[in-house]
Parts: sequence; structure tokens; C-alpha cells
Amino acid sequence: MIPAAFEYHRPKDIPAVLALLEEHGDDARVMAGGHSLIPMMKLRMADIPHLIDLQDVDGLGGIAIGEDTVRIGAMTTQADLIDHDGLFAAAPILREAAFQIADPQVRYMGTVGGNVANGDPGNDMPGLMQCLDAQFTLVGPDGERRVPARDFYEAAYMTARADEEVLTAVTFPRQAGGYAYEKQKRKIGDYATAAAAVQLVKDGGACAEASIAMTNLSDTPIWSEAAGAALVGTGVDGAAIKDAVTAMLGDIDPSEDNRGPVAFKRHVAGVILTRAIERAWSRA
Amino acid sequence: MSKKMHIKLNVNGKDEEFLAEPRELLIYTLRERLNLTGPHIGCETSHCGACTVTLNGKSVKSCTMFVAQADGAEVTTIEGMGSPDALHPLQEAFREHHGLQCGYCTPGMITRAAKLLEENPNPTEEEVRFGMAGNLCRCTGYQNIVKSILAAAAEMNGAKEAAE
Ligand SMILES: Cc1cc2nc3c(=O)[nH]c(=O)nc-3n(C[C@H](O)[C@H](O)[C@H](O)COP(=O)(O)OP(=O)(O)OC[C@H]3O[C@@H](n4cnc5c(N)ncnc54)[C@H](O)[C@@H]3O)c2cc1C
Ligand code: FES
Ligand code: FES
Repeated sequence: MIPAAFEYHRPKDIPAVLALLEEHGDDARVMAGGHSLIPMMKLRMADIPHLIDLQDVDGLGGIAIGEDTVRIGAMTTQADLIDHDGLFAAAPILREAAFQIADPQVRYMGTVGGNVANGDPGNDMPGLMQCLDAQFTLVGPDGERRVPARDFYEAAYMTARADEEVLTAVTFPRQAGGYAYEKQKRKIGDYATAAAAVQLVKDGGACAEASIAMTNLSDTPIWSEAAGAALVGTGVDGAAIKDAVTAMLGDIDPSEDNRGPVAFKRHVAGVILTRAIERAWSRA
Repeated sequence: MSKKMHIKLNVNGKDEEFLAEPRELLIYTLRERLNLTGPHIGCETSHCGACTVTLNGKSVKSCTMFVAQADGAEVTTIEGMGSPDALHPLQEAFREHHGLQCGYCTPGMITRAAKLLEENPNPTEEEVRFGMAGNLCRCTGYQNIVKSILAAAAEMNGAKEAAE
């Protein structure tokens, strides 16, 4: 499997990346860990005359835990997420989710930025970031802007990021309450048949806040506002969970593929969300 | 063809310099350019782990890395881990506990296991299975691979204690 030839660039800072993107336009693309991009290039489904490797670019790494917010640099790997104890204290769902992505070798290379920028509905981080109400920082020729994860995904491989922009970081509030990332896959290293990210805040005996996002059940991740609303104010009992599942099923739109027919995916989505809510509530 | 690049690698402690097209996959550099045929090509699609090497302290699938990305890196392959007269404890344990049958997956298994034990010198059986999940074996059913890695861990920890 030999990809088409390309010229390789390894710039040291963002201005140099932006200059290369501007110079080569559609012929250029950035690469982070390469674990989505290289397989596509090997299959010749992506042909990239100018490959811009981000590995040496200044300022794209690091996990910063602030008083209220967490900032994760785009080049942070899934292995880095798992290893970081401060991050586990501030948003434990990231470790739980990262452990369910791919396998150890892939997690050493795959980055947060690549995972959220890729736009593949199978990626786990986009739904997770919607659950956490994250913002993505994009830097382009006109400067910097932020886009909420909940507005970022337009269709499979289509996002709000312009071709000449680089995603530099994700930022989200410190998380309180219970969490769960639940994923059904055929084997370790597989993308989700269905996955659910859930954050719940408990006040007294009732659910005060709920955020629910689903993965690989539409051509984008689905943040289901209605599913969360079905839990708020309830004691998260069986009836409330059923309502949340019904609401979620109204928001997803899975298609048939080698992971199963639509009816099966809808069934699995319900099972996975039920488990995720129960586990998150038990931790709230 | 694209322009060739001047690449420098340190492989198993030895400096290597050569010209290569950036699109060359690291597994081909190792096997065909440097004649290190320990790392194998199983799937060539990032799934099986037969091509696993250690690169700058990470276990990576060398079929999913361009040689250009690896420029400047330190790489360890199975050839860099023990010799026929002085086996690495993992090699010895795989031999002793029948951790291989055809042997095709073994170089990837052992390089990955070495990194796993470096990060977690005292793993449980479950941690071994989870930490080895990127390496597939078509022969053994994994039982003896897990046994071998646990035995090597015990051996390496014993040796460390004895040294202290
Ligand atoms: C065997 C295997 C199993 C996998 N299983 C899973 C899984 O279960 N769940 C999952 O979520 N993923 C899975 N993956 C994908 C893996 O997590 C990828 O690493 C990840 O999707 C992309 O991250 P990357 O850093 O490798 O990005 P790359 O492959 O380098 O890039 C992906 C895309 O994003 C763009 N991009 C990258 N970084 C930036 C940036 N900073 N700014 C703008 N654009 C950027 C690139 O141009 C490219 O189009 C799997 C991969 C393999 C090989
Ligand atoms: S040959 Fe590289 S993962 Fe199979
Ligand atoms: S021993 Fe044959 S593939 Fe593992």
C-alpha cells in the first residue's frame, strides 16, 4: 500500500503552517498523529501533494487545568489524556472515553485535535466534546475564532473549519457530578456501533443538569438537548430514563452498514444510553 | 515521484542516514533498507500490530508512519532486544511458556510487551490483556502470550530486587 507522492513539510510555528496552507491551497493538508489520514492516503482515498506535519509546531501541546476551564492543546495524544491525573480530577470522562478509543499503539499517536477536526462520524471525541459543551479554537489568516463543538459538525467530513484554518485547542468547563462514556463496539480497536457521553449533576435527590451526546448514529455527532431535558427535575428513575431514550431516538438518524441494520442500531443506542445514564447517576 | 529527503534515524543504537521519499512507510525502511526483518507486515492497515516498534518511547505501528515523520527519531526493533546468547527476559519467557506458535506476531508482541512492562512493571492479567490489545495473534489463543508476559514481569521484578 503505497500512497501517492507528496512533499513533506515540518514547520515550527503557526505562522509557518498558515503560510504553507495559503501557498498551496487545496493541495495542502495538515497532519497530526496521522492515524486517520495515513490509512486514507494508503488507500489513495486522500491525495495530498503537500503534507504539513504538525509534530514540531510550537504551542499545540499541553493540558492546562484552570479554576473553571480546561484547555487541551490540539496535539495532545489520547495516551496523554489517560496519563494526566489533573485532567482526571477536572473531567474524568475523558480518561474513560480515551480508554475506549482504538488500541494502545494508536492512542500514542492519535491526537485530540485530529480526532475532533477529522469529521468522521465514527470518531469518539466529537460527541464527547459536545457533551462537555467544548469550544474549538481555530486560527487562520484572519486571526483566531472559537466555535462551539455543538455547532461545528455539518455532515460527514464537513465541519465549520475553513481549509486554511488550524484547530489549535479545545476548551471546556471543569465538570461536576457524575459521568459515563459507554460504547458498543464489535471488538477492541473498532469504531462505535453506538456510543453515549453523559454528564449529570445531582441536587438533593433530583437531577439538576444533564448533557447527553451520541456517536456514530448520524452523519454527525448528536447532542440531544431533549434527552437531557427529559432527566432534569426527575429522580432519574426507570420512567425518566425511558423518556430520555425516547427523546434521543427522535434525534438520531443511523444508516445501515457493516455494523448492522437501522433497527439494530436504534436498539443498541437505547441500551447504551440507558447504561450510560445509570452509571453516570450512580456517580453523581 | 516526489523529492527525496535526507533522513536520519537512530535504530537500535546505530545512526543511519539515507535519502528516501517522504511517503516511504517506516516498516519498509526497516525491512528493506536496513534489513531489519524482525518487524513484520501482517495487515498493513494499522490493525494487527505485527509491525510494532518503539519510537521515541512509544509503541507504534510502523506501517502507519511515514519515514519523514520519523526523521530524527530513536527506534528500537526486536533486533535491539537481546541476542541468541543473551535473550531478553521477555524472549526467554515466550520460549519457556510457549508464547508463540508460528512466530509471525512475536516480534510485535515482544516489543509492545517491553514498553508495557516499562510503564507498568507489575501488571495484572487484565492489564496485560488490555495493554496488548493492539497486537493480534492467529495461533496461540493469547493464553500463553499473557502467561509469558506475566512470567517475564515477575522475573524482571525479581532481578531488580536482587540488584537492590
Ligand atoms: C486501528 C484504528 C482504530 C481506531 N479506532 C478509533 C476509535 O475507536 N475511535 C476514534 O475516535 N478513533 C479511532 N481511530 C482514529 C484515531 O483515533 C485517530 O488518531 C484520530 O481519529 C485522528 O487523530 P490524528 O491525530 O491521528 O489525526 P490525523 O490522522 O493526522 O488527521 C485527521 C484529519 O484531521 C485533520 N487535522 C488533524 N489535526 C488538525 C488540526 N490541529 N487542525 C486542523 N485539522 C487537523 C487532518 O488534516 C486530517 O484531515 C482509530 C484508528 C486506527 C488506526
Ligand atoms: S502491519 Fe502494521 S498493524 Fe498490521
Ligand atoms: S504465533 Fe502465529 S500469529 Fe501469533
